[in-house]
Amino acid sequence: MALFLVNILDGLVTGLLLFMLCSGLTLIFSMMGVLNFAHASFYMLGAYFAYQISTITGFWMGLLVAPIIVGVFGAAIERYGLRRVHKYGHVPELIFTFGLALLIEEVIQFFWGKSQMAYSEPEALNFAAFAIAGNSFPAYKVFMIFVAMGLFLTLLYILTKTRIGMTIQAALSYPETVQNLGHNVPLVFMGVFGVGTAMAGLAGVIAGPVLGTFPGMAVQLGSIVFVTIVIGGLGSLWGALVASLIIGWLQTFAAAYNVAMEDILTAVGFTKPENIWDHPLQDLWTLTLPQIGPILPYLLMVFVLVLRPQGLMGKRET
Amino acid sequence: MNKFKSLLVGAVVAGLGATSAMAQEKIRIAFIDPLSGPFASTGNQGLSIYRHAVDELVNKRGVLLNGAAEFEIVPFDNKISAKESLIQLQVAIDQGIRFIAQGASSGVANALTDAIKKHNKRNPDSQVIFLNHSAVDPALTNDKCNFWHFRFDANADIKMDALTDDIAGNEDIKKVYIIGQDYSFGKAVAAAAVRFLGEKRPDIEIVGNELHPIGKVKDFTPYARKVIASEADAVITGNWGGDMVGLGKAVMGAGFTKPIYTYYGATSGITANFGDQGDGIVKLAGAGQVNPPLSADAEAFTTSYYEKFPELDLGQPQMANVAPMLAVAINEVGNADDVKAIAYALEGMEYDGILTGKTVMRESDHQAIQTVTVQGQTSEGLTFDYDNSGHGMIAETIVELASADAPTTCKMKRP
Repeated sequence: MALFLVNILDGLVTGLLLFMLCSGLTLIFSMMGVLNFAHASFYMLGAYFAYQISTITGFWMGLLVAPIIVGVFGAAIERYGLRRVHKYGHVPELIFTFGLALLIEEVIQFFWGKSQMAYSEPEALNFAAFAIAGNSFPAYKVFMIFVAMGLFLTLLYILTKTRIGMTIQAALSYPETVQNLGHNVPLVFMGVFGVGTAMAGLAGVIAGPVLGTFPGMAVQLGSIVFVTIVIGGLGSLWGALVASLIIGWLQTFAAAYNVAMEDILTAVGFTKPENIWDHPLQDLWTLTLPQIGPILPYLLMVFVLVLRPQGLMGKRET
Repeated sequence: MNKFKSLLVGAVVAGLGATSAMAQEKIRIAFIDPLSGPFASTGNQGLSIYRHAVDELVNKRGVLLNGAAEFEIVPFDNKISAKESLIQLQVAIDQGIRFIAQGASSGVANALTDAIKKHNKRNPDSQVIFLNHSAVDPALTNDKCNFWHFRFDANADIKMDALTDDIAGNEDIKKVYIIGQDYSFGKAVAAAAVRFLGEKRPDIEIVGNELHPIGKVKDFTPYARKVIASEADAVITGNWGGDMVGLGKAVMGAGFTKPIYTYYGATSGITANFGDQGDGIVKLAGAGQVNPPLSADAEAFTTSYYEKFPELDLGQPQMANVAPMLAVAINEVGNADDVKAIAYALEGMEYDGILTGKTVMRESDHQAIQTVTVQGQTSEGLTFDYDNSGHGMIAETIVELASADAPTTCKMKRP
């Protein structure tokens, strides 16, 4: 039971972290109608910038400054890159962001090399907040939970309760009408892209010390981010939150429990073949839950697409 | 020390004099390892150690064919792919290179050793030698051994032997958790750990033995929770690269304060990442040692390495033996063209490794027998730190000529 509780908390951390990445991506997608392949690269940039800043002024300055730099960089990419490519259609946009992802990875390797960076938690949070049955829960993870929750609530408030949020929502659905009403829609787009990438940057800043800061960190999270927003429903903030949490728990629990296919098959009534290593079904018999853990989110995506193509909380058919 | 330095300077000057006096033959060694992509740091570190060993121990001393020849390291990037390595091997052979060095990934080494065996059989005029500096799959010197392959690193079994000696000597350890990457090497490590622990300390309970997908786990926290829940007294892992950092940080972050035994738990950013948390916890079994330096000679060699490559680390001490041992063999034969004779000269060679002590290239399976150490991470008493982090590995258990009598299933066919 204690372990179950610990896993719930761990899954929550993983899920919320994923949410910080997905919220920006899902907004950008619903706005521009194009998947930003470079989104996870902004997450990586956030971690590297924060690391670099933290070597000079400490963690907290990095936490404040790095997302802003990433956001400004993202806005500039939208203004001078994507917007120019936009008029040629979606495919060039897609290729543009794909190329950008590769470029960012190479640039990072050029400046910082290929090793893991020694980017770690601030001293002030480097203690165990509490322990459940000998499993300590680092204070830093509590901090992560609060940052992510804070971000979600702020975002929700801005999008639903403020004038800016109304304009953004309107611009997402009816850009021409909003433009005719006198709003600067390209500026709104640039702003959303900038804020979206800044959130990815913030996710990188706080995830870097836990998940590692290295050139492969974008690729590692890149595909799962897309899966999450598809499951949650493209463009839905609540959907992104729910899907992130589901995937966070799914992955945590899959890795935490050693359910073996062997036990299931024997329970169902099959007998294990004598010489398992030469048996054609060897792979099936020796399968364990932690091994298939990484593919579960993709499996879930397939089910969601079959049963509810617009995603769990998506509003529109795509 | 000063005397030694002046001697060295003298030797270098003499070497330079010799260089200008004679027309030099370049004997090339092809270095085939990942020099780009996610594993590039491993390849670049190895390349730097080769270059340093060639400069300091061979070329500057003018020892190769009495100074008439020099080694040259020619890097080839295999992107850690077996297919790419075979292409690079062919390119190297076509360029007339007869000495092939590789080490990152046993998968690649397995492909190369087969290809080289075939090539040498079909092309007796352009035979090549395979110098394996760090691929540790035991099969390479057992079932898959062949005359042209020489392994300079201690294989996974030898390292595990030293590592489990350390565990067996620690009465506090009653429960061990084994975790590794889900592929041939991870499985070999787990099997060796179970076998050696069963022989040495049957009372030790193995409370976990699992494999995780390689390079796919984003967050090791759930695995760390299982380690804590199992109440293990020690963890054994063969993980490397990002999987090592992720696992180590998660396990220590979950409150584990007992030893974590590793094969590759240092350098390439790993030591810097573990930082204070890893001191006294992270252990590493490997060939040779950097701390404490074996001799004044070793200290000078390591110092000049760090002067030349301040961003890298001398993380694989046995790599410094490859070129010098090859030089001895070439000197014995008297030329660099009779590759078969050179291979025979390497067989059974006894050599005083600068960082690995007395080293013997065992005749029966071409496995180097050398000093194997179990090192522990610390920040005190270090001569050289890793990752410029103030932390490093210091040899705690030193086994000279480790596993010299380990059995082998190799039935060497000699040409």
